[in-house]
Amino acid sequence: MMSIDLNFLQQIGYVFSAMLFILGLKMLGKEDTAVKGNVISALGMLLALLVTFGNILNPVLIFSAILIGGVIGSLFAIRVKMTSIPEMVALFNGFGGLSSFFLAWSEFNAYASISVILFITFLTVFIGGVTFSGSLIAYFKLSEIFKGSSKTVNTTSRWLLVVFLGYLAIAMLQVFSASFGFFVFDFEIIKLVFLGLLVISLLSGLAFVLPIGGGDMPVVISLLNSLSGIAAAMAGILLSNTALIVAGCLVGASGLILTLIMAKSMNRTLFNIFFVGFSDSGASQGEVEGEVKPISAEDTFLILEAASSILVVPGYGMAVAQAQHVVKELGDLLEVNNAEISYGIHPVAGRMPGHMNVLLAEANVSYDNLFEPKDLNPRMETVDVVLVIGANDVVNPSATEQPGSPIYGMPIIEAHKAKTVIVLKRSMSSGFAGVQNPLFFKENTRMLFGDAKESIAKLVAEFKG
Amino acid sequence: MEIYLLLFFILILSIFLGLELISKIPSTLHTPLMSGANAISGITLVGALTLDTGSNLQSVLAFFAVLFASINVFGGYLVTNRMLKMFKKK
Repeated sequence: MMSIDLNFLQQIGYVFSAMLFILGLKMLGKEDTAVKGNVISALGMLLALLVTFGNILNPVLIFSAILIGGVIGSLFAIRVKMTSIPEMVALFNGFGGLSSFFLAWSEFNAYASISVILFITFLTVFIGGVTFSGSLIAYFKLSEIFKGSSKTVNTTSRWLLVVFLGYLAIAMLQVFSASFGFFVFDFEIIKLVFLGLLVISLLSGLAFVLPIGGGDMPVVISLLNSLSGIAAAMAGILLSNTALIVAGCLVGASGLILTLIMAKSMNRTLFNIFFVGFSDSGASQGEVEGEVKPISAEDTFLILEAASSILVVPGYGMAVAQAQHVVKELGDLLEVNNAEISYGIHPVAGRMPGHMNVLLAEANVSYDNLFEPKDLNPRMETVDVVLVIGANDVVNPSATEQPGSPIYGMPIIEAHKAKTVIVLKRSMSSGFAGVQNPLFFKENTRMLFGDAKESIAKLVAEFKG
Repeated sequence: MEIYLLLFFILILSIFLGLELISKIPSTLHTPLMSGANAISGITLVGALTLDTGSNLQSVLAFFAVLFASINVFGGYLVTNRMLKMFKKK
């Protein structure tokens, strides 16, 4: 009698926990309620955990794992720099996938015969494995431990991925037909197939993410985020656990939406991003006319001092140089100087969705001053100075002017239409896309070479001195 | 068998619910949304808690399933909170 009551309570707990997750996620989507939303979702998690504690088989083992994991996770969260958030999110996506991978593996070991549930088990292992190894590669790419790979590796990876998916399809077909009695397989054979799948799923993640370039990382992270949720939902079906299914699907859906937003912001289809790659997709570049005109910090100061409306367009270069705080300082000084300051944030600037927003928020820039490209472009002609800080592809006019360009059609911030453009850049190298940027050669463009943080610090010093 | 159909039903409904919930999100909140969702995907912890620990292999699998999901849950919620605090209007 007692055990039935516990199970009943547990299910009720899951219902409330699902409600908290849904409510929390909804609130997380609005600026005013986001902090509360996160807390509510955490309460949902706590509730789901509490009502499940009664079912733990080996409390010492499990609680020590929670303790160690909790300490590691908390340390990560407290110590991570805001510029490194993309790496951290990538890594955490992977951990979620890995957990589902182990979970499904453990469930498999408990089976003694072929049944339909094996179908889901295989799928969970595969998605979990891909999420883990794919995220690990994304992590290495983002933290620049591992950079690009050669064209041969990329092409091989794509073919291998097809082979791996073929293995998955055959394994699933095998289980499916066997569980409905069309064929008879010895369970020992299925066990071997499963062991193969464990390896194949991890290799698939590598083959999947390895060929994808740094500029496409916002899309990849979003998709891996979605996959980590799908893996959890699949694991939920395996365990007949509704809490896992609902929460996993919510994550899967949110990741999917972000993936689509990112792809749309680059005017590319998912197929193009994952299977064609950037460099292969466009025609060769025409020569860019005009010459690069460098400018000194002193002259930049004079231009800024005289300007009454200034637009700052940050990119990944601002994150690398950790320049967000000096940017804010410069913005404040310009405001004192009676200039109107706005910040132009492109959805794919940086290495993950919303990357620039986080950095500027860390530096206390009010988000009333942040604008999206569609709000900025109509009034670009009235802007005196655009200050491009370490951004490249998102201000590349080829996207609107050069139909042959790989990035043609991508919605950009049309900085070249402003009266003056000052580009802060370390050198003349091209962006992640490897596309030459005609903006740098325009008549109204000046290049301020050097580390973004140092350059802006010089400007700040000029204003103060 | 019916139970799986029912679970599948819940799965489909949840996906549609999720798509509706998140369809209009300001780009300011993309990163916190993702890391918040990341924390929620640590829900595998709830499943991992109840895993069989009968053999050595099973114990190891259960241990690591719990460990990695816990990193996700604790790390995810904390870092999201840290980020969102910065977003608060000054």
